[in-house]
Amino acid sequence: MNENLFASFVTPTMMGLPIVILIIMLPPMLLTSSKRLISNRFHSFQQWLIKLIIKQMMLIHSPKGRTWSLMLVSLIMFIGSTNLLGLLPHTFTPTTQLSTNLCMAIPLWAGAVILGFRHKLKASLAHFLPQGTPISLIPMLIIIETISLFIQPMALAVRLTANITAGHLLIHLIGGATLVLTSISPPTATITFIILALLTILEFAVALIQAYVFTLLVSLYLHDNT
Amino acid sequence: MASLVPMKEKKLMEVKHGELPSWMLMRNFTPSGIVGAFQRGYDRYYNKYINVRKGSISGINMVLAAYVVFSSCISYKEFKHEWQCKYHNEGTAHLIIGTSPTPIHEELNSGWIFMS
Repeated sequence: MNENLFASFVTPTMMGLPIVILIIMLPPMLLTSSKRLISNRFHSFQQWLIKLIIKQMMLIHSPKGRTWSLMLVSLIMFIGSTNLLGLLPHTFTPTTQLSTNLCMAIPLWAGAVILGFRHKLKASLAHFLPQGTPISLIPMLIIIETISLFIQPMALAVRLTANITAGHLLIHLIGGATLVLTSISPPTATITFIILALLTILEFAVALIQAYVFTLLVSLYLHDNT
Repeated sequence: MASLVPMKEKKLMEVKHGELPSWMLMRNFTPSGIVGAFQRGYDRYYNKYINVRKGSISGINMVLAAYVVFSSCISYKEFKHEWQCKYHNEGTAHLIIGTSPTPIHEELNSGWIFMS
């Protein structure tokens, strides 16, 4: 039972070939592009969604920060669609792997920080010391702020990994328990099934929320640095 | 009977049964040929089910169903062990339509551990 629990998170290979590449390429294939002004329903729905995301997310940024719009919208669409596809049975979710999330978090965070250091050096260094701190606390506070700066990409990646992995594990466990309980005591199985249904609804929400949180934090780091 | 259209340009439905192996060998297996084949397949599906005036949700549902089936095939080995079989006697289990002898009491044990 222990070995089976984490077996669903193993990177899928078929005869030694990494299928995971094909699986990562699937969500972008579902997001269509069109040369027309008004296109089919599917594409119009995506256009509406992207417009909603852009208005919500890029309003607070300066024109310099808005050059990152394409990057941030692609990020939220990729994470959202990957998480939602992972809720289908027996599928593999790339965002459960820490490697994927680190690859997304570290370059984006580093880009925002380096941008800030190149263009607004004094303001970026001033972030290390909040206003109004007592003089005796200054050395310790600078060390703490440096640590908190360097922990930001790790926190981004680990937050996404842990949330999605934990949700999938819970679904596996409670689903297994429901199946076993049907032969032992059906009323308990019904209660467990209701818990499973509620959990699945929660997982749909978590999939979208995590995408939003990831992108929001990246945009926040960007806002601090432009 | 000699065909008037050169074999290279025939579509699959027009190739006669005996000509099938030679037709397959003549296909374009270069990388650009394979990419072209995937692009044509994608365009065919897109124009038939999604790029229509009143496209329904079944256009994308078929893709998702195919994805679920594909993933089930890939992870078949892992969930083969979780089948619930009626008889957990190792000898008879093998005789019943080739199901693997997963003892059902193992599931029960894990269930009790979860409950306690």
